Amino acid sequence: MSFINYSSREINCKIVYYGPGLCGKTTNLQYIYNKTNPETKGKLISLSTETDRTLFFDFLPLSLGEIRGFKTRFHLYTVPGQVFYDASRKLILKGVDGVVFVADSQVERMEANIESMENLRVNLAEQGYDLNKIPFVIQYNKRDLPNAVGVDELRKVLNPRNVQDHQAVAPTGVGVFDTLKGVAKLVLTELKKGGQ
Amino acid sequence: MASQLVMYEEEFHRINAVCDRLTKDANAKVVFLVDKNGQLISAAGQTNNIDTTSLASLTAGNVAAMGGLAKLIGENEFPNQFHEGAKDSLYMTLVGGRVVLVVIFDNRTSLGLVRLRIKKASDELEKIFAALAARSAAPGAGSPFAEISDADIDNLFSE
Ligand SMILES: Nc1nc2c(ncn2[C@@H]2O[C@H](COP(=O)(O)OP(=O)(O)OP(=O)(O)O)[C@@H](O)[C@H]2O)c(=O)[nH]1
Ligand SMILES: [Mg+2]
Repeated sequence: MSFINYSSREINCKIVYYGPGLCGKTTNLQYIYNKTNPETKGKLISLSTETDRTLFFDFLPLSLGEIRGFKTRFHLYTVPGQVFYDASRKLILKGVDGVVFVADSQVERMEANIESMENLRVNLAEQGYDLNKIPFVIQYNKRDLPNAVGVDELRKVLNPRNVQDHQAVAPTGVGVFDTLKGVAKLVLTELKKGGQ
Repeated sequence: MASQLVMYEEEFHRINAVCDRLTKDANAKVVFLVDKNGQLISAAGQTNNIDTTSLASLTAGNVAAMGGLAKLIGENEFPNQFHEGAKDSLYMTLVGGRVVLVVIFDNRTSLGLVRLRIKKASDELEKIFAALAARSAAPGAGSPFAEISDADIDNLFSE
């Protein structure tokens, strides 16, 4: 749910990075944080366990510039991917404007990818959102690993509707900004539609 | 799906005025108004050394988690939360089920006074948000984004 403030001429949108445990959601936000100018970002907040697993969420506010005199701000969140944190995942999805599904390309994580995708669909539906209708992009992460499944195979299993997708290696930034720009554009385009 | 929150000039000034007054009346250090989804709406008082964006997001996370806990034990919501620190304390109140009023205060005031003033401010805020909701729902209240072009969006990502 975006927040438009006519008085301060700001528009705020919420993007959530979803996906199975250890797929690289937090790494995406860390890379974005490290590579953006100090003026355009706020603090990266990570509520994580002692072993650096996301416990509740990561949060990164970003300014993307102005459109027609309105400052556009994006609030990026990650969910905790571990299966048993489902209650927290549901909370993070509240008010979401766009979703990035980060898939782990490793063959042994295929089952976990499928489960997480299904979990996303169910949790969105609980909040009254339809995964087929909201701004949504898929990122195939960990393309650098030798046990990565071919992209054709990942597409067949995870992207039957052929939504926008990107290949990534999050720690080195490959595909990270393409993914972010992709989803941000879809969110803004959706806002434009909503205004008509 | 929840409709988007739209803030207009008039209501924005009224909201800021309520927060300003609450800061003074309660003798508080800072007052924040945060949307349940983590967007900061208004801040009053000594806000300069506080990261307001982070505060808004963590407040929303906290309220969401407590709301989830409430439902687990058969409550609808915990509308008020109080956290006492060594120097500063924090009071959070849900207003109209939609926004959270956060008051930070120290020993120059008392919990009793803060509670009393919050009650009054939250009644006023509830009215303002009801007016806002009505205005956003009115026909013709389109978003400014209706007029943006695909080129405008592309330009944002050109560098
Ligand atoms: N080789 C390789 N490692 C990666 C890649 N992306 C992330 N990692 C590593 O995978 C591990 C987990 O990454 P995180 O970003 O913490 O994973 P997460 O999705 O946030 O995990 P949860 O918080 O548990 O849901 C870290 O050690 C990362 O360095 C990648 O593209 N390639
Ligand atoms: Mg994480």
